[in-house]
Amino acid sequence: MTAPPPAPAYLITGGTPLTPDGPVAADVALRDGRVAEVGPHLPRPADGDASVEVVDATGMVVGPGLVDLHAHLREPGEEWKEDIASASAAAAAGGYTALVAMPNTDPPVDAGHLARYVADRGRTVGLAEVVPAGCVTGGGAGRGLARLDELWEAGVRIFTDDGRTVADAGLLRRAMEYISDRGGVIAQHAEDEGLAAGGHMHEGEVSSLLGIYGLPAAAETATVARDLILAEMTGARYHVQHVSAAAAVHLIREAKGKGLPVTAEAAPHHLAFTDQDVKGMDPVFKMYPPLRSARDRAALREAVADGTIDAVATDHAPHAPHEKDVPFEEAPRGAAGLETALAAARTALETDPVTLFLRMSVSPAAIAGLSHQGQWIRPGAPANLAAVAWDESWTPGPPYHSRSVNNPFTGRSLTGRVRLTFYRGRLVFRDGRVLTGSPAPAGAGR
Amino acid sequence: MSFLTTEGLPRAELESLLDLAEEFQQVLARPIPKVPALQGAAVALMFFEDSTRTRLSFERAARALSADVINFAGPGSALSKGESLRDTALALRAMGADLMTVRHRAAGAPRRIAEWTGLPVVNAGDGAHQHPTQALLDSFLLRRRFGKLDGLRVVIVGDIRHSRVARSNMFAFTALGAQVTLAAPRTLQPVAYRGWPVTVTDRLDDVLGEADAVYLLRIQTERGGRSVFPSLPEYTARFGLTRRRFDALPPESVVLHPGPMNRGVEIEDSVAGEERALMTEQVEAGAAVRMAVLFRLLGGRL
Repeated sequence: MTAPPPAPAYLITGGTPLTPDGPVAADVALRDGRVAEVGPHLPRPADGDASVEVVDATGMVVGPGLVDLHAHLREPGEEWKEDIASASAAAAAGGYTALVAMPNTDPPVDAGHLARYVADRGRTVGLAEVVPAGCVTGGGAGRGLARLDELWEAGVRIFTDDGRTVADAGLLRRAMEYISDRGGVIAQHAEDEGLAAGGHMHEGEVSSLLGIYGLPAAAETATVARDLILAEMTGARYHVQHVSAAAAVHLIREAKGKGLPVTAEAAPHHLAFTDQDVKGMDPVFKMYPPLRSARDRAALREAVADGTIDAVATDHAPHAPHEKDVPFEEAPRGAAGLETALAAARTALETDPVTLFLRMSVSPAAIAGLSHQGQWIRPGAPANLAAVAWDESWTPGPPYHSRSVNNPFTGRSLTGRVRLTFYRGRLVFRDGRVLTGSPAPAGAGR
Repeated sequence: MSFLTTEGLPRAELESLLDLAEEFQQVLARPIPKVPALQGAAVALMFFEDSTRTRLSFERAARALSADVINFAGPGSALSKGESLRDTALALRAMGADLMTVRHRAAGAPRRIAEWTGLPVVNAGDGAHQHPTQALLDSFLLRRRFGKLDGLRVVIVGDIRHSRVARSNMFAFTALGAQVTLAAPRTLQPVAYRGWPVTVTDRLDDVLGEADAVYLLRIQTERGGRSVFPSLPEYTARFGLTRRRFDALPPESVVLHPGPMNRGVEIEDSVAGEERALMTEQVEAGAAVRMAVLFRLLGGRL
């Protein structure tokens, strides 16, 4: 096996790194895959010294690389939509240095060798850390438990049947008990099957007018309520994926108040849009959970601001153009979002850099147990960084690095643009271009 | 320009279409019921969902305007061989269609086809969303019968939630001045109707005594899987237009139904045969209003 090339050294100048003490105007030096120094006016390399690359970050916020708790990479099995290489490129372009890969692939990641495959492919591509999540149930089919020990040994820490709900309360209870022995997290796509059956969009005034079957907010709330009872009963760590309903937010806030180890995520599209955006029946706005009412959106924004919702996660769900270019009710669900997530969240939340990086990097890294991700910029921290032109306005659109174009933010004016991404000490994205990845050695990362 | 929905259609626009339909009704009464208005134009009839009367009515309307008809039937077509809706629509445009009449089980499909092809599209029924030419023909008939719709009390009964006819008709009727009540069990009412120009009730007998027109919707007896009421006899007992209910209606009132009827479910057999039950007249009115729509959408281009 050939030794990996030595990680280059960089001097990031003129930016505002987010340090453990908050934002500071300072240069950041990277060496040997770590942050070496943070300080004003660090010495520039001597003329002719090519060992240090100077990267101008004037006007940029330099934060920890983003960590996505929720991405569909579509590999193995649906590579016409996306694969680990194209998703990793999209991640780098979006400022992400780690992605939790949802296990509802074909085959589903319900056994150790499948989780290893996903992680290995991520390492080979080398643009972002690909962290496999594993199924709760065999095949994600909701009947018996998946090979939880095998998955754990393969590095899986987040277990979910995402795309579907673990509907059987008895089975979910056993999964919670089993996984909590290990310290893992049960993450739930919370949607009561009976209430959601046949639905294509949020049930409300717009769905009634369009004659499109609705998914009531109660489908999510009812499942979250039940799951919180089970989480309290078992003591398990429980994570609510892509929260969309105000009433579910209320339950999560209450559970946190009781001290339960509960966490939650919200997706940028739920923070930005409502069911009013579905009026034109454009399938790019079709996703589950669906875009809900303005009241729900307001509750989500408030919950992200106050920390009731710990993380903003993309639910990046790419589909090939021909699959989405059909009537709304016949379209598959899901929106691509890795390349626009930070800008979309920044624009919708109008928040400060520290809060945004907390929700998009620090907290999700903690939930996923990724100790070398999501660290504020300080000497010794792993050199996984994203630099954002904080006040730059831009309008996203194809071509994307993702293989799919079903991004609802296409053509919308957003504020805040990822300009630089460093992964494992290497510049992997700069000003719109993904730079070639460098395969990580086996066992790197975790 | 397309004709996709009655929602937001201004009264003047509706009335102008109805006036035009009156003229075409005269044409249809002639010994040779045909005018050369759309000679050389091709109307594609794209029915991706089963339909008899609507398709035949559009075909008659197109031929009476001397347009060519390109018939496309869903089953057995390229679509059943896996061709996408978009490719099918573009192929029909390439075959020379100047206008497309689309029925599809998915809400919004006609609108998508209009976006893909850039052609004028007439919505001939999309999912549970809209069926605007049905609303137009019912308005036409009511206007002929009562002179105007202003102040007319119309009760629409049945599966409102899944009915494109109810959605289309309530907007057209109310825009023309009628007062519309929707009557259905809670499970068949729209989930949220704030802002709709209607009143909603689950007590049919409370509103029938004042009705000028009772508009019955088809109960989908084939709707499987999901119970929306306990049994058909229970539905009929609460919401069927039985002989007893019909006899209690005001004497000048009329009964409508978009068809096909389930006799014995939403309407008692003998009521369907009453002179004030206008189902045959509804079918007759279809051609004239569809001529008006086709002419309006294509007329300016020829």
